[in-house]
Amino acid sequence: MNANKLFGLTALFNTPDELVHAAAKVNELGYKNYDVHTPYPLHGMDAVMKLKPSKLGYITLSFGLSGAAFALLFMYWAMSIDYPMIIGGKPYFALPAFVPITFEVTVLFATLATVIGMLAFYFKFPSNSHPLHDTPYMKAVSSDKYGICIEADDVLFDFEKVNLLFKELHAQTISEVYFPAVERTNIFEPKFLTLLVLIALLTSGATYVTLNKLIYLTPFDWMMNQNRVNAQSKSLFYTDGFGMRKPVEGTVARNYIPYEYKGLAAPVVPLSNPLTPTNEVMNLGKKRYLTFCSPCHGNLGDGDSRLRGQFPNPPSLHSEKVRGWLDGNIYHVIVNGQNVMPSYASQLSRDERWAVIHYIRALQKAKNASPSEIIEAKKEISSNVAP
Amino acid sequence: MNIDYSQELPVIERSITLADIDRLIAKPLDEKPDKKFFIALSITLTLLLIGAVSVTYLFLNGTGVWGLNQPVGWAFDITNFVFWVGIGHAGTLISAVLYLLRQKWRTGIARFAEAMTIFAVMCAGIFPVIHTGRPWLAGYLMPYPNQHGLWVNFTSPLVWDVFAVSTYFTVSLVFWYVGLIPDFGILRDKTASKLKKTIYSIFSLGWRNSHRNWQHYEKAYMLLAGFATPLVLSVHTIVSFDFAVSIIPGWHTTIFPPYFVAGAIFSGFAMVVTVLIFVRKVFDLQEIITVNHLEKMNKIILVTGSMVGYAYGMEFFIAWYSGNPFEQFVFINRAFGPYAWAYWIMVSCNVIIPQLFWFKKIRRTIPAMLVIVILVNVGMWFERFVITVSSLHRDFLPSSWGYFVPSIFDLGTLIGSFGLFFTLVLIFTKTLPVVAMSEIKAVAEGAQPSHNGGKH
Repeated sequence: MNANKLFGLTALFNTPDELVHAAAKVNELGYKNYDVHTPYPLHGMDAVMKLKPSKLGYITLSFGLSGAAFALLFMYWAMSIDYPMIIGGKPYFALPAFVPITFEVTVLFATLATVIGMLAFYFKFPSNSHPLHDTPYMKAVSSDKYGICIEADDVLFDFEKVNLLFKELHAQTISEVYFPAVERTNIFEPKFLTLLVLIALLTSGATYVTLNKLIYLTPFDWMMNQNRVNAQSKSLFYTDGFGMRKPVEGTVARNYIPYEYKGLAAPVVPLSNPLTPTNEVMNLGKKRYLTFCSPCHGNLGDGDSRLRGQFPNPPSLHSEKVRGWLDGNIYHVIVNGQNVMPSYASQLSRDERWAVIHYIRALQKAKNASPSEIIEAKKEISSNVAP
Repeated sequence: MNIDYSQELPVIERSITLADIDRLIAKPLDEKPDKKFFIALSITLTLLLIGAVSVTYLFLNGTGVWGLNQPVGWAFDITNFVFWVGIGHAGTLISAVLYLLRQKWRTGIARFAEAMTIFAVMCAGIFPVIHTGRPWLAGYLMPYPNQHGLWVNFTSPLVWDVFAVSTYFTVSLVFWYVGLIPDFGILRDKTASKLKKTIYSIFSLGWRNSHRNWQHYEKAYMLLAGFATPLVLSVHTIVSFDFAVSIIPGWHTTIFPPYFVAGAIFSGFAMVVTVLIFVRKVFDLQEIITVNHLEKMNKIILVTGSMVGYAYGMEFFIAWYSGNPFEQFVFINRAFGPYAWAYWIMVSCNVIIPQLFWFKKIRRTIPAMLVIVILVNVGMWFERFVITVSSLHRDFLPSSWGYFVPSIFDLGTLIGSFGLFFTLVLIFTKTLPVVAMSEIKAVAEGAQPSHNGGKH
């Protein structure tokens, strides 16, 4: 006798008819944990074993529908929301043109879900350590014999009784199957540890070589070394040596509005601010101020630069002088620059400049105002509406 | 020769035992490959090498090494792509459609045809990638979140093609593998070699022939067949959209999807018959892949060949009936213009010669059918050539007319694709069972329980 735990008792038959008869008998006696093993599916065995119809179709259906919904919604999102683009005069959500891909994704999801669901969920595969493996019984049923196995964990299982039952059914061979001895592997085995270290070294070495050496070798560097002019590099093609072409003299950008006092020391007649300080304008002004002005002028306009002396600090925007300026004077400085401050004409559009001026005014007022004035100002701003 | 067609013919000719079936089918896997195998392999590898050299030269120099140029911007590349995708249709048709139609005779040929599907789609997949001229950018065909913030154009037939062909490949591979799982179990239990046993165990995933598993397995197989059937029709439909959705006269036709699908089945079956004629002889499988099988496939070739012939006629009718002078010019030019030679090769190989299959004697004579199916393959290649090239070479302006002549690199790539296909077929015959062992056993005589439920 074997020292290991008994898995079950098996019986082999020569013909499918005998097996159908045996399975019917075993089922009739009330055994639950039994299974028949055949080289190919036997027709009618489902009914004999009283198996419920497979529910695999529900997995297929739900994943198929998810695939369809996913494909359709994804294409809708990509083509209508994330990057809307009109192609061939079709609407953003061009349903007929989405049908082929929706169909393909449906089939793909349904197929993979069916197979993975069957193997992993129903069969609990991979399971190469099952006790039936490597038994003469398994070798027989995978070739040309028809077998039945009653498992020892069935409540009705009794070795002698089952043995007798199989004999009565004229089984060709009856054999018991035991659980295999449990194999224990020590993970601190020096061989295994050496293997781990080698794998780690190999992986990191290969990664290092790939990312630091290999991609700079031909042909992987072809994309880097193309016949093109890199940004800021000298052109050998144009006689002036510039890679980038300048627009024709007098070219004006879209939405460009000329400033008549550009280049003068001071505006002849300072312009007045055309924008009403609404919430939107103040928010725009704040955003642009924080991006372009605050590095030198400080977040609140105190002249406390964040540049740590890499660029001279400007004077405070809260001085009597700046507070006394008209909006048009500040505008002039933004467009023209002043002392070491360069022109910000190319960074800020006309409206953005005026919005920044509103924001500076708000900062000035906030720094030099009484609490009641602040409340009043807030009320005024929030009640403003764009003209 | 007197066959009673009113009775279903036995699937296996001689009554052989189940163990014999295993032994017969597993024999090529257990034996060392013989001299003939190596001779065949050296021929296919030579072809493959020719292809590899051509493709390497192409990558180094660009698509200018091919004969195509304006106005013929698509030539051998797309011809070969459509040809190979078409070949790939027979496998899934045999394994899925004939399964749903309860055609038991499919069992003998299904595994092989499915394998050919996978290899043919692999050959096909090469061409769209290399014909872009910048194959290293092929990854852009997949919609993945990238730093350009761009998605692929989901309304483009070329993107549908990517989805269709890659889905078809994946599903065919999964379908094939699911069919192989029980056979891996058989091989695992049969083999004496320890290495082979480990490999088969891994791929069998621990298959136990349990009826509780068979029940779900059969359900899954049916579901997969149910999905593969519309899929196989959709794939060549979408391939035909590559042409039909454009506005080129000769391409812009609504008949293209059914016409392409019929042509795909036609060429696929022809290729399966071509290869099976050799396989059944070399591996001694005449009892399992019988002349009855070949005859049935020849009948399908006859039917689909006639459908293709009908489509050829209907294209001409519509060209006349539409009253569109450009359409009429293209079709008259197709039959009588500079590419008339290709057109008439196509018509004679695809429509006229398969009509010989009306004769039972020819349907059942191996040398005759071998000649016919090879001519069908030639004809179907020329069909795609005619569609692609002859529609393009006469542009709207006579000043931009041209004539495509293939360069040696065009021919080398075509030869290479055949080399790849037959190399894979040869390796397959020596590594995996070419016939589904568990399926064949299930249709052998006396394999199923008698109807009285086993009560003797």
